[in-house]
Amino acid sequence: MSATLEPLLLRDIDEPGLNDIAVYERRGGYKALRKALAMTQDAVIAELETSGLRGRGGAGFPAGRKASFLPKGDMDKYLVCNADESEPGTFKDRELMQKSPHMLIEGIVIAAHAGGANHAFIYIRGEYEEQARILDAAIAQARAAGYIGERILGSELSLSLVLHRGAGAYICGEETGLLDSLEGKRGNPRLKPPFPALQGLYQGPTLINNVETLMTMPHIINMGGAKYAELGVSGSSGTKVVSVSGHVQRPGNYEIELGIPSREIIFDLAGGPPRGRKVKLWFPGGSSAPVLTAKDLDVPYDFDSLAKAGSMLGSGAIIVIDDKTPVLDVALKTAKFYRHESCGKCTPCREGTNWTVKTLERIEAGDATPMDLDIMASVQEHIIGNCLCVLGDAMAMPIGSMIAKFRDEFEAHIQSRQLASVA
Amino acid sequence: MTPSNGGGPGFEYRQEFAGREIPRSRDGSRTPGWDQPADLDKDPAAVPDPALVEVPAELRTEIEEAMARYPDRHSAALPALAAAQRHHGWCSPQAILEAACVMRVTPGYLTSVATFYDMFELEPAGEHVVYVCTNITCSLRGADALYDSLEAEVDDGSDITLRHFECLGACDIAPMVSVDHVYYGPLAEGDAKRLVGDLRAGREPIPELALALRPTAASELPKEPK
Repeated sequence: MSATLEPLLLRDIDEPGLNDIAVYERRGGYKALRKALAMTQDAVIAELETSGLRGRGGAGFPAGRKASFLPKGDMDKYLVCNADESEPGTFKDRELMQKSPHMLIEGIVIAAHAGGANHAFIYIRGEYEEQARILDAAIAQARAAGYIGERILGSELSLSLVLHRGAGAYICGEETGLLDSLEGKRGNPRLKPPFPALQGLYQGPTLINNVETLMTMPHIINMGGAKYAELGVSGSSGTKVVSVSGHVQRPGNYEIELGIPSREIIFDLAGGPPRGRKVKLWFPGGSSAPVLTAKDLDVPYDFDSLAKAGSMLGSGAIIVIDDKTPVLDVALKTAKFYRHESCGKCTPCREGTNWTVKTLERIEAGDATPMDLDIMASVQEHIIGNCLCVLGDAMAMPIGSMIAKFRDEFEAHIQSRQLASVA
Repeated sequence: MTPSNGGGPGFEYRQEFAGREIPRSRDGSRTPGWDQPADLDKDPAAVPDPALVEVPAELRTEIEEAMARYPDRHSAALPALAAAQRHHGWCSPQAILEAACVMRVTPGYLTSVATFYDMFELEPAGEHVVYVCTNITCSLRGADALYDSLEAEVDDGSDITLRHFECLGACDIAPMVSVDHVYYGPLAEGDAKRLVGDLRAGREPIPELALALRPTAASELPKEPK
């Protein structure tokens, strides 16, 4: 790790007119694409694997290996950019797409070359209408410039690119739910295996990557995988755009080198909680990540360290909650979100999210007993690992961690309400 | 007792709840359509006959163009519904019928899709649609109070449809709203009154709070961080 970070994705982010192809090219844009197209498909994959880049959408799967899973052959292959950013607390892709759409397009063409895809789609959440308009204009410019289309820049690669707008469903960020939605259905997740790499969109081989992952690829090609791997720490190479929100003085997107102490992000960059208040708990990777407390502020911000601390890096969204906020409020908001967004396909998730909200409401209303906490904790355990996708788990993990870490507070609340009703 | 007209299992139950909502939870179901019992006594609607359904030319072109973009025309379901909603103001049965007619699918298929996604309006919507994010971060920063004051400002006006919404991906400007799909924030007390006032006067609402104007937080850092 170096002392000062030269940002990659956010370097030119506030350059006026960066969403215009001329400005982007002037800042060195589409150079990586030329370089990548001169390389063989295997060489691009090798470069991605050397870089150690792990997916930036939530799961953290090695991006190079994922691209290598696509079968060889002449069939139609698909690349889908997951821009359905809906994880509470996450807003990095929104800012990246809005200000630097061409970097995404460049990344998509490079990834399509790596995976051998000939059709690409960007699945953007429906609420991002402004960003969709910017992307549409950028795609038209890129097509006119010959970066998308038949035999791109004289190479063997031909690629179509379509922007597809969602219509408001968190579950469509789950890769197989996204594929069903892109096929024009309700966004219900599919059983895996078969994995999308073999049987995805329209039953064809499909590579699915997050916006930030794809936008990192041009930089890897430019600087070389080995150089990129020098950034960050072992197991978590490179930089990451982190969305910090909640009780901090300067909420927003910051690009960091993976492995720096979480405290630096929350305090030095985002300014920490308002004066006189303290950090009580924080989500390190979106609302699906188990919560951490003030004791964990020195945990290095990278995939493995956060996993060791009992949580996850997820989408890289830090939500800070200060000492004036009851943990019950946070738990209830979290559970209600997942109840709303559960697609209803699997019973443990559909009913488990509903029961968790009901129990939390009972606690809030003062009708609960301490036994309800145990029941609620066991509901969480029965969701995890028992559904087609991890939406249910994504509620069970943070709620379970809140019950485990703030049990005293829940119990005190239950007791005080009971005493109040007796009096 | 054998009912005279068909009957079958659960007939009486269906009669009792015909046309009524059966809420799953105190604040209603999360999925639109789940509370409405299906009318099993009706025949399923077939693919609409193009000779009998009149579709505005503009809407037809829009849906046909969408279908041409994909290897499989069914992929155009979301763009088709979005277009139909734009033309009709909401996903009315007529809007869905017209989209189904152009797409050559049954209205039932498109209804199943429309009821899954939050952005499709299944009830008549106002001229302006305002989403208020009331998810974790926004609620930490006062979104629930913001919603209440917006609700008070909108009053009973049917010109503005006000909706609670899950995380809109703009926690950096919390609490925030999406007005006709354009993001504004952070809203302070008093901005609710101005927002509704601006909308009703036909002006761009709270223009200086538009998200598009904001620089990245990283480039706004104090020059020498401590």
